[in-house]
Amino acid sequence: MDEPPISRGFRSRRQQQAPKNRLPPGQYVTTDFPVLSAGPTSHTRLEDWTFSIQLGGSLIGKWNWVDFETLPQTTIKTDIHCVTKWSKLDTTWQGVTFDDLLKAVGLAEPPEPYIMAHCDGAYTTNIPVKDLVDGKGMIATRYEGSPIPPVHGGPARLLVPNLYFWKSAKWVRRLRFMEEDEPGFWESLGYHIYGDPWKEQRYNGD
Amino acid sequence: MRRLEWQRAEVKKIAVETYRVKSLLLQVADWQGHLPGQHVDIRLTAEDGYQAQRSYSIASPPEDELLTLTVERVENGEVSLYLVDDLRPGDQFELRGPIGGHFVWTTATRRPLCLIAGGSGIVPLMSMLRHRDRRNRLVRALLLYSSRSLEDVIYREELDQMASRDPGLHVVNTLTRVQPAGWKGFRRRVDKEMLAEVCFPPDRNPAIFVCGSTTFVETVSQNLVGLGYEPLTIKTERFGPSGG
Repeated sequence: MDEPPISRGFRSRRQQQAPKNRLPPGQYVTTDFPVLSAGPTSHTRLEDWTFSIQLGGSLIGKWNWVDFETLPQTTIKTDIHCVTKWSKLDTTWQGVTFDDLLKAVGLAEPPEPYIMAHCDGAYTTNIPVKDLVDGKGMIATRYEGSPIPPVHGGPARLLVPNLYFWKSAKWVRRLRFMEEDEPGFWESLGYHIYGDPWKEQRYNGD
Repeated sequence: MRRLEWQRAEVKKIAVETYRVKSLLLQVADWQGHLPGQHVDIRLTAEDGYQAQRSYSIASPPEDELLTLTVERVENGEVSLYLVDDLRPGDQFELRGPIGGHFVWTTATRRPLCLIAGGSGIVPLMSMLRHRDRRNRLVRALLLYSSRSLEDVIYREELDQMASRDPGLHVVNTLTRVQPAGWKGFRRRVDKEMLAEVCFPPDRNPAIFVCGSTTFVETVSQNLVGLGYEPLTIKTERFGPSGG
């Protein structure tokens, strides 16, 4: 479309302006932590929780909570960007990186280039492996030093801060390797297949 | 995949819904149509080039000629303050959509419809009720609507009229803070007992939509799960505290 219409009298009211290189286009900074989920919050008891990695038809790794907690721990401080326009700066997460999960199941290299994350509540989301390796993605179990509250995806959520935050799936229980990319839940409902906030890939075709 | 392009929307009419809520009736030249429950992104551009984007639920049914957004005035809400206080008929801004394919309902669904709204969470549910009213009233419907006071009830007259001509629609209001003299309805926050009393029972397998603030949606959806409703039949939309 041509020049956007000017809204007379409209002006920025933002008191806290983020540095330009920290805020992707169309986003604004928030200091609270909004909750967005497609259904009721899942409440999985730690004694019932398991996490697994699937390759083809078999689970190549499976942990209960106690075993998962013995895996190497990493802390990531990062900005997160939600497709609904809010961004939150300098959030701190602790958990097990994707790299360490691969090591734990004895894989030197990712066997397939895409992942589907499967979660409680039947939520799914697809992520390219390249956005998870080299310390870029983790299964997070702590937020700001404390267990992640269920509304924010606890006991464990995926963290892929490179991509819009719907990809950082709450209540994650299984990562499944895929040979080819396939759309997950929101990706089948009009949201972008990849979701790079810096390219403003919010919806299909962006 | 075809991109959702930014389009120019022109304000044809502004309707005052309550003392802090207005509806904007918009003409969008190339509107492709929407499903009840979907939302749009709008983008405002200031004289100095500053832009802000926000999402708003669509209140109108797909059958209407104009697209209606209903906007609540949020204190310090950069975009909502402008939309509610400054916008005039004839003004234009950019819009793209429709967005969201999960929190939607159409008359193709035969299961009873159970809508639970807190405050401005009524907006996407109103699109569903208007669609049902225009198209097909065969499916029984319930609206449980929580507001602070009678003055805060959005679409009050229209909901009363809809319910009075439609025996298949049951509208239940609860007023949580202030009730007028002689108020016979509920006067507390939506709780488990209220849901058990007014909702279609779980064995009727209703299609459930819950919309409101994060706290409202958390409480209601957890109570519904506790009452035995299948979690996957409960669709939620949370209006975060940082909206605006």
